[in-house]
Amino acid sequence: MSLVEQPGMVSCPGCAALPAEGVRDVAAPQVIDLALPGIHCAACIATVENGLQARPEVGNARVNLSQRRVRIHATGAASVEGLVDHLAGLGIAALPLDTATLGGPQDRAARALLMRVAVAGFAMMNVMLLSVAVWSGATDATRGMFHWISAAIALPAVAFCAQPFFANAWAALSARRLNMDVPISLAILLAVAMSLYETMMGGADAWFDAALSLTFFLLAGRWLDQRSRSAAQSAAARLTALEVPRVIRLIGAARETVALAEIAVGDRIAVLPGARVPVDGLVQEGRSDVDHSMLTGESLPMPCVPGDSLPAGALNGAGALTLGVTAVGEDSTLRRMASMIDAAESARNRYTALADRAAQIYAPLVHLLALAGFVGWMMLTGDMRHALGVAVAVLIITCPCALGLAVPAVSTAAAGVLFRRGVLVKNGTALERLAGIDTVVFDKTGTLTDGVLRLDVGQLPASAAQIALALAEGSTHPVARAVAQGLRARDVAPAALRNLTEYPGLGLGAETDAGQVRLGSAVWTAQASGTTSGTGPGVWLTTPSGAWYLTLDSNLREGAADTVAALQAAGIDLHLFSGDTPDAVAPVADALRIQAVRAGMSPAEKVAGLEALARDGRKVLMVGDGLNDAAALASAWASVSPGSATDLARVASDVVLLSHGLAELPVLLRVARKARARSVENFGIAAVYNMVAVPLALAGIATPLMAAIAMSASSISVLLNALRVRP
Amino acid sequence: MNVLVVLIPVSLVLGGLGLAAFLWSLKVRQYDDLDGAAWRILIDETPPDEVPRDQ
Repeated sequence: MSLVEQPGMVSCPGCAALPAEGVRDVAAPQVIDLALPGIHCAACIATVENGLQARPEVGNARVNLSQRRVRIHATGAASVEGLVDHLAGLGIAALPLDTATLGGPQDRAARALLMRVAVAGFAMMNVMLLSVAVWSGATDATRGMFHWISAAIALPAVAFCAQPFFANAWAALSARRLNMDVPISLAILLAVAMSLYETMMGGADAWFDAALSLTFFLLAGRWLDQRSRSAAQSAAARLTALEVPRVIRLIGAARETVALAEIAVGDRIAVLPGARVPVDGLVQEGRSDVDHSMLTGESLPMPCVPGDSLPAGALNGAGALTLGVTAVGEDSTLRRMASMIDAAESARNRYTALADRAAQIYAPLVHLLALAGFVGWMMLTGDMRHALGVAVAVLIITCPCALGLAVPAVSTAAAGVLFRRGVLVKNGTALERLAGIDTVVFDKTGTLTDGVLRLDVGQLPASAAQIALALAEGSTHPVARAVAQGLRARDVAPAALRNLTEYPGLGLGAETDAGQVRLGSAVWTAQASGTTSGTGPGVWLTTPSGAWYLTLDSNLREGAADTVAALQAAGIDLHLFSGDTPDAVAPVADALRIQAVRAGMSPAEKVAGLEALARDGRKVLMVGDGLNDAAALASAWASVSPGSATDLARVASDVVLLSHGLAELPVLLRVARKARARSVENFGIAAVYNMVAVPLALAGIATPLMAAIAMSASSISVLLNALRVRP
Repeated sequence: MNVLVVLIPVSLVLGGLGLAAFLWSLKVRQYDDLDGAAWRILIDETPPDEVPRDQ
């Protein structure tokens, strides 16, 4: 594997914003993992595998349909970008994944758990068969022999399988706390110890089967929990940035490429056309257009000239720039955002999961009941053996199946339903929090709009359109690209031009037979901005025969209008928080009929806006994609980001929508509400079982047979109820 | 009842075989892609590295 491991990439937003230097060995074979959110059938598998294997640099490609992922073994010549583009050409959307962190400790933990489930299941079934013989009337020596065989199976099985519970219980007790694993461990250990004692004394009742089935059912729940979390997390959090932050430092006339960490304040660095600005700095030489959309939400690039300051993370346009570094490390814009996220996240971590809240009440109650049973029977009869038997029966019958099995089963079922629709639930408590949402705050750029500009041609005559197209094709500036694309779509052919030149920060100029033509800003085309006939963002075209204003609108993202309408119909309050200018925000808000709109917001203002909503007692869902939204995503009650979002936004959000734009948002909220309803129902079912069985156990008339039936029946009924989660 | 002396070990061995088979299938990663395995039987073409050699 040629990718050097990058620890801490996922857990720390700062590291995600400023990924550590990945060293790539060009000659060595490499393993590349790509997420394929859209694949769903045999044809997709064949297309992806055959399409990739047709490339010379790819040795082997294997699709994993369950995880919507492909693992590619390739030579060093392969580039992730090239493979993603190749798949896009085949009609398959792909996103890069960080290979170094896939299949890591979480994968191994899940497999180790599954092995324990298998061993516990094997032991449980065999001991259960022997118990059936005892229940149906085996006596004396036969019963003794069956008990001894059960003990021989149960002791090693419990010692191996129940280790996760013992470890967790011990950790909780060392910290002087109680968690659900304490009564579980106590029940398992007491049941096995008492059964062993009974077996040696030739007694009638042994609880080996109960201890094992308790272990089995709870391990199954633990495994479901582990699996649902790791599957979604690994895919969502490990989508990585393609760019490695190498910086070109200028020393006098010489240039050298160094790692980001080596740059100090006062250095001069070069920013190439099309590259991201690596550190905060002041422009010293050069002119360009810089795209701030990921940082501020502004949809159009801003011209920049010497003397302007640029934040790290902005995307350079067509001109090469020389930057004097003004801030690095902790002081840089990105780090300040990362620390804002840290502060916001600690607030969210105070949320306690439904199951944990229930466990906080349940665990002491179980212990008190068992203790009451023991003390009560000791005082009544003075028979230690019988009193201990009652205590064990109470501990086993109150088995927290609803807590240990039902809630993980519900979240697995819900996460699975969502995963098949391209929605990744990253955070364990995200669905519970989403269930309570009553307000949704959207970001504009990149969230409601897809960042692609659409040209409104208006009254442009054909000859002018031909000149505009020819000019626009001379640049990669987003506005020029939008103009070219819009005109191409109207079957305009480009005019013949001479001396086509791009002037970064201003526009394009060329000559025709009739004279000078220009496309660009008002300053560049010598138009006073007051004479504009168009509204909103746009670009001027001047030719010898006249001047026209070409308006550019943001494209609404696929499904945005339906999503907004569906949310409004569900009675959810909608807000729009954008960093873009009011002129750019208003048409989007009007088109979507969102009333509460705020434009020109800084990241800190977005967080403050969310906090103000939270103070009004609202549960706010933040939907955003940019670096400027990351702090807001982290501080909201719950958060969602589209798959196209920046790393930092995806790390900070609870849920990532990999496919279908925003169309899955209403489905997500619906599934979350159903999942919470199922969890609450499961607590109810478990409570009913306990209300019937606990009095019997306390009365001292519970038998191992009754415990086995009650436990299996409650486990299976909560599991079946969990599977009813459907979109 | 003497038959139990044979039958119980037999049942344990058979169960143990099942357990061993499961652990083996877990070890060779047969559960990594259950959905994919279900669909792959519908792909006709023989992968290039599995073309029969005796023809």
